[in-house]
Amino acid sequence: MIATVIVNGRLHERDVEPRLTLADFLRDELGLYGTHVGCEEGACGACTVLLDGRSARSCLLFAVQADGAAVTTVEGLAPAPGALHPLQLAFRAHHGLQCGFCTPGFLLAAYELLRETRDVTDEQARGALSGILCRCTGYNGIVDAVRAADRAWER
Amino acid sequence: MKPAPFDYSAPRSLEEALALLAEHGADAKVLAGGQSLLPLLHRRRLRPRLLVDLNRVSALQYIRADRDGIALGALARQSEAERSDLVYEIAPLIYEVLPRLGDVGIRNRGTLAGNLVYSDWGAQPAAVVVALAAGVRVAGPRGEREVSAAEFLRGWRLVSLEPDELVTEIRIPAPAPRTGHAWVDVADRHGDLPVVGAAAVVTLDPAGSCAAARLVFSGVAGAPFDAAGTSDLLGGGRPAPELFAAAGEQAAADADPVSDGRASAAYRRRLVRVLGARALARAAARAEEVLA
Repeated sequence: MIATVIVNGRLHERDVEPRLTLADFLRDELGLYGTHVGCEEGACGACTVLLDGRSARSCLLFAVQADGAAVTTVEGLAPAPGALHPLQLAFRAHHGLQCGFCTPGFLLAAYELLRETRDVTDEQARGALSGILCRCTGYNGIVDAVRAADRAWER
Repeated sequence: MKPAPFDYSAPRSLEEALALLAEHGADAKVLAGGQSLLPLLHRRRLRPRLLVDLNRVSALQYIRADRDGIALGALARQSEAERSDLVYEIAPLIYEVLPRLGDVGIRNRGTLAGNLVYSDWGAQPAAVVVALAAGVRVAGPRGEREVSAAEFLRGWRLVSLEPDELVTEIRIPAPAPRTGHAWVDVADRHGDLPVVGAAAVVTLDPAGSCAAARLVFSGVAGAPFDAAGTSDLLGGGRPAPELFAAAGEQAAADADPVSDGRASAAYRRRLVRVLGARALARAAARAEEVLA
């Protein structure tokens, strides 16, 4: 089946099996390896992308479902080559990552949160990010980073 | 973990979807939110020959008020229900449990209807829709029918749905005046299925005594456990801790909880007693706020 998907603003058309997940499509068909596959059952959140602007687990979507839709991956966050998004800068400054496996999921979930909310409280941040698992950081650096980005990101 | 191969169809109308189900029956599986279905496909617990994707059937994407209360189309997303003023006003129990389901990413795709169809016995929405006396509308080759939520949810992942049928709508009646709702549960982590959860609905009469009550639990058995004696026990009584404690005791006595790796039957029974009383007290307090 043909899947025509706009990813980070670029149109891609591929002939794929219906059972190919969006996560595997992004990685193996398009070479966008920033979307990480952790559990393949929706528990860990590392595969989170934005589908038509809303966060979703790409392991729980088939690529053919995204036909005609716009997908944003972590590769779509940086405004230009060599530059970083305020969220990415904040994660670096506030130790929001160690191994980085969960980081794409957190960045996109935080992006969604900050687009909709300002002056994010600790509780709001933790609530919005609660479904993404991190084995390294203990989460506090992630929350600090998100709240710092809330202040730094002009939007 | 990748699914077994399947054919895929994305009909644009309910009629088209039903025609596919009529033709393929048990060889087909309906895809809506996919948050329960895809893990099963990935593990190959299910191997449908055809996936019928409902996500392009715009006729199923609504949350609207009607004469009796509200209706949520089968493709209404959990996150849409979370943001809906109608759900907040008419079905506050649904509004209260939604943030406890998984996380934002899951709720952006997941539907309330799908959560009920794949109802895990700990799941909050199943208990809530029974407590709200909700109705489930089902469509198939033999026509449309509506069943009560209690009739629909028969056990662990066991619902009143034939292989060639699909859920089209969840209907929630508007609450009676002076009604308060509350959900209380115990879960390991935010977003996990609770060990036991209690949904309480308490209606007061104009003088402030209990007129009616409903207390339904998740996590006790396969289907939501309706503590049916609660309304009689509370009827006519003044809201008071002793009254709600007695209702909790009665519910615990009537419950037949299972023991499993998560919790023993004894612990579940204790949670029924404690959470039942707590949920009723909270619901009554909220009803009193409405009274004031």
